[in-house]
Amino acid sequence: MKPSAVGLATTVVAGAVLALLPFALSSYHQGLAAQVGVYFIAILGLNILTGYSGQISIGHGAFMAIGGYTTAIMSRDHRTNLILTMLMALAICFVLGLVVGLPALRLSGVYLALATFALAVSVPQLPLKFSTFLGGSNGVQSAETVTHRWLYGASWTAAAILFVLAWLLLRGRTGRAFRAIRDSEIAATSSGVRLPIYKTLAFGVSAAYAGVAGSLYVLGTNGFAQPNEFGVLLSLQILVGAAVAGLGSLWGVLAGAAFVGLLPTISKDVPLVGSAHGQDVVFGLIVVLVMLLLPQGFAGFLARLARLRAARPASDRP
Amino acid sequence: MATVETRPARLRRDLPQWLRALVRPVPLGLAAACVFLVVGSLLSNDFAQQTVAGLAQGTIFGSLALALVLIYRATEVINFAQGEMAMATTYVAYQLISWGLSYWEAFFATLVVAFVFGVVVQVVFIRPVQHTSVIAVVIVTVGLFILIDGLVTWKWGADLKFMPAPFGKTVYHVGGVAFAQQDLGTLLVSVLSVLLLWALFRFTKLGLAMRAAALRPASARLVGVRVDRMLAIGWGFAAVLGAVAGLMAEPAQYVLQPSLMQPILLYAFAAAVLGGLESPAGAVVGGIALGVFLNLVGQYVGFVTSELRLPFAFAVLLVVLLVKPAGLFGRARVRRV
Repeated sequence: MKPSAVGLATTVVAGAVLALLPFALSSYHQGLAAQVGVYFIAILGLNILTGYSGQISIGHGAFMAIGGYTTAIMSRDHRTNLILTMLMALAICFVLGLVVGLPALRLSGVYLALATFALAVSVPQLPLKFSTFLGGSNGVQSAETVTHRWLYGASWTAAAILFVLAWLLLRGRTGRAFRAIRDSEIAATSSGVRLPIYKTLAFGVSAAYAGVAGSLYVLGTNGFAQPNEFGVLLSLQILVGAAVAGLGSLWGVLAGAAFVGLLPTISKDVPLVGSAHGQDVVFGLIVVLVMLLLPQGFAGFLARLARLRAARPASDRP
Repeated sequence: MATVETRPARLRRDLPQWLRALVRPVPLGLAAACVFLVVGSLLSNDFAQQTVAGLAQGTIFGSLALALVLIYRATEVINFAQGEMAMATTYVAYQLISWGLSYWEAFFATLVVAFVFGVVVQVVFIRPVQHTSVIAVVIVTVGLFILIDGLVTWKWGADLKFMPAPFGKTVYHVGGVAFAQQDLGTLLVSVLSVLLLWALFRFTKLGLAMRAAALRPASARLVGVRVDRMLAIGWGFAAVLGAVAGLMAEPAQYVLQPSLMQPILLYAFAAAVLGGLESPAGAVVGGIALGVFLNLVGQYVGFVTSELRLPFAFAVLLVVLLVKPAGLFGRARVRRV
């Protein structure tokens, strides 16, 4: 099979499994699977930014917070249809992402990491300050809540749509420009790629994905948007997920999302550390181990396997 | 290269040698800030009190920021686990005290533990990924953050712990201004540990080898410096500084809990960037400046309530990054391509 055929087959199988999954799962597990979908979207967005255009961000929890609060507030004040609020979150975060992307043009590497980290820390403090509109530390409750099955359908439908959009965006001219910028800004500029446009665009698209993820995230917590939920840890989790997935690959994202979404729950049941705080120990340990053993993430691991397979029948190849 | 002489440069040229180094925007600005603080303190008792409290807080930020800078200079890594490492060593001190050691015995024992801890972390977790990619190292330190937090909570629990205060609760009054002994003690210990470390780096052979390993690893290796060992020792000293920051931060917050160092780590980031990520002196000055600045702003600007302290610190960070990315003391990096 040609690589594209393999990719197509994997997509179809993955889609079919995801479509049939809710019928086999209990309501609790549907909720869990929906959460994996939420992480999938957020990690996908971060991967577009970090993996393809080479700009690191530790601040995506901030965009998720903005998306989540958009949904909760629109639902609370205007009873807006929830799907519609997701599109609003997408639009608002896209614009804010562009705005954040502008100063980010001047920064790179560690400095960009710290600046975006500043965003992750600052945004959850705002509801505490402007508590009349943003609900203070109690948060904002949306007018409607949704069932786990609804959430599962919504998050994975959104994930599928956004995945296809990302694929379309990245395979063509824009994706080429992103990758050129990541590999060498100077080479990209001299080949006629306009850095400011593409770098801010990457930020905008990435933030828009995080916005949708945040909106679904809030629906997953019974429609409560709370500052604590969007703390620094969320941003770090998304970054960990993206790194486990392997930067610059769309396929590893599923593994990264499952890792971040499921591991804390699974590790709760590990007998040795079964206490309430044992899950942090297991999660942290596995994050460190994965990075030590697979520095290129899951996608890098797959690529290495593929290379090994390709290397064996070397005589067959031209 | 022919350059057009700017007016400030021409003015500077006419000055005597010893003044020339000082007449630059950054030293002038700092001097002006010091004058402002001294005059303000003389005029208002409140102002003096806030300034001293800010200084004490600022030295804690500065210690942790210095730890970050030491590691950044040596390995170009931002250690996100620095604060949690400091917190863990503070718990070690708590344990030692509850086993019957006096505060200061526990203090110095903890510093030894912290040194070993830092070395072990570097050797076991950082060294294997050091040469792969920046993001891999960042993720490892993030993983360590979560791991250490989990381990401490698992061992000691998330509830509040109380430690004996290292400095008495005495308050000195100097002409209507109240100085808490705790603030003065914090100031003294932090400044002393920074000075000791500076002397170590400046005057000992070990310090020279460590600086060489950090700044020119290849050349250092050629003249027989064991670079890997030096980097590990560097992490050890950074952990010691972190431990000092943790032990000094605990009495300021009155309680010990796993989230002790999280806000302080964030202020330390801002302080390190303010001073210039590559500059140890900058980290200390940046920390002190940030501490004083935040305290005064909190006192006199009504809008900046306690919820906005952190965002405000990060607004400072952002402005510094955009206006002068090298920080107050850093040198702008020129890269050849």
